[in-house]
Amino acid sequence: MKGPESPQYGRLLRPGNTNCGGCGMSVAFQMFRRSIGETNVQLVIPACCAAVAAGGFPFSAYEAPVLLSTFASAASTASGMSQVARLNCEDTRVVCWAGDGGTYDIGLASLSGAAERNEDILFVCYDNEIYGNTGGQRSSATPAGAGASNITKGKIEPKKDIIGIMAAHGIPYAATVSLANPDDARRKFERSINGKGFRFLLILAPCPTGWKSDPSMTIELVRLAVRSGLFPVIEVENGNRWTINIDPDFSRADLERYLSLQRRFRKSEINPDDMGKAIDLQWGKLRTLAS
Amino acid sequence: MTKPMDQISWQEIEAGAVITEPGNASCYHTGTWRSQRPNYDSSVCIRCWRCFVMCPDAAISPDFQKNIFVWNYDYCKGCGICAYECPVKAITMEED
Repeated sequence: MKGPESPQYGRLLRPGNTNCGGCGMSVAFQMFRRSIGETNVQLVIPACCAAVAAGGFPFSAYEAPVLLSTFASAASTASGMSQVARLNCEDTRVVCWAGDGGTYDIGLASLSGAAERNEDILFVCYDNEIYGNTGGQRSSATPAGAGASNITKGKIEPKKDIIGIMAAHGIPYAATVSLANPDDARRKFERSINGKGFRFLLILAPCPTGWKSDPSMTIELVRLAVRSGLFPVIEVENGNRWTINIDPDFSRADLERYLSLQRRFRKSEINPDDMGKAIDLQWGKLRTLAS
Repeated sequence: MTKPMDQISWQEIEAGAVITEPGNASCYHTGTWRSQRPNYDSSVCIRCWRCFVMCPDAAISPDFQKNIFVWNYDYCKGCGICAYECPVKAITMEED
């Protein structure tokens, strides 16, 4: 049997990490490190599940150089590192691996600044739609109707459109990644790691602990979200060329199954009809942009 | 090998709390969390590699000599993604 020193484990997230079983972010990490191959990367990880996954001090599950930063400074730290790498003529790529709290809420100011300066970094946001490691509080990525530990009923406000925000900055590349479509994910990872300028990736990463779903349903939940149109798989080049990569079939059965597999939607009065209307509205906008 | 926190003194900690040994968390065997164990049947398996791609902990590796997949039970957390995603049900979960 192969030990953890075997090359099949790669240099990013090593076994022995303390992610929960069935973590969507772990799957994303494995796909990411297989896609980038031997590329030299430096990781910047703000406070999020990826920081906790490294394990307790003095242990670390990462084998690439990692800088743990505060929530608010992930993109600005990465900007500095990429400038240093450029001045030293290193071929290393700087990757920010942030959760939705460090992207949508607390990290948005530095993210917007780095995007505006078009820094040479890849910002990956794995979106588990809650503050996962602090106990499952609501974030602005939590969808309408979903419960969280600090709201009694379901959330009323809809989810923030982060891809729209990033596209409005006119960055060279922004895309959403579905873990249920590894071919599409691999292409986007390869393209974004080799690109120049500010690249942004959004990954829907189900969190079995926070979403109160079965750990084995992680990939199935992403598949249902993509099929029902809840999570559009798109890419935006230079902020103006929108492409829809996977056309959903807007199946009502898939949407109902998506809701029934998670217990976080139980307390709210949201029904699939309301969600269907929101999905139609979102896709009407997307089709206009992509045409 | 890095010692656990309760066995090191403050003089041994690097300046800035830098961890100098990369990937040393591998000494922590997360397989002990498991309550269900994947059971693999190589006669049913069609070698689509889906379990290999979808495994969150990269605990599944191919054995090219025997043409089968091997599970590393030291790190498999027993989440069951491989069993659910298998298109021919070559993997079943059983109590560990």
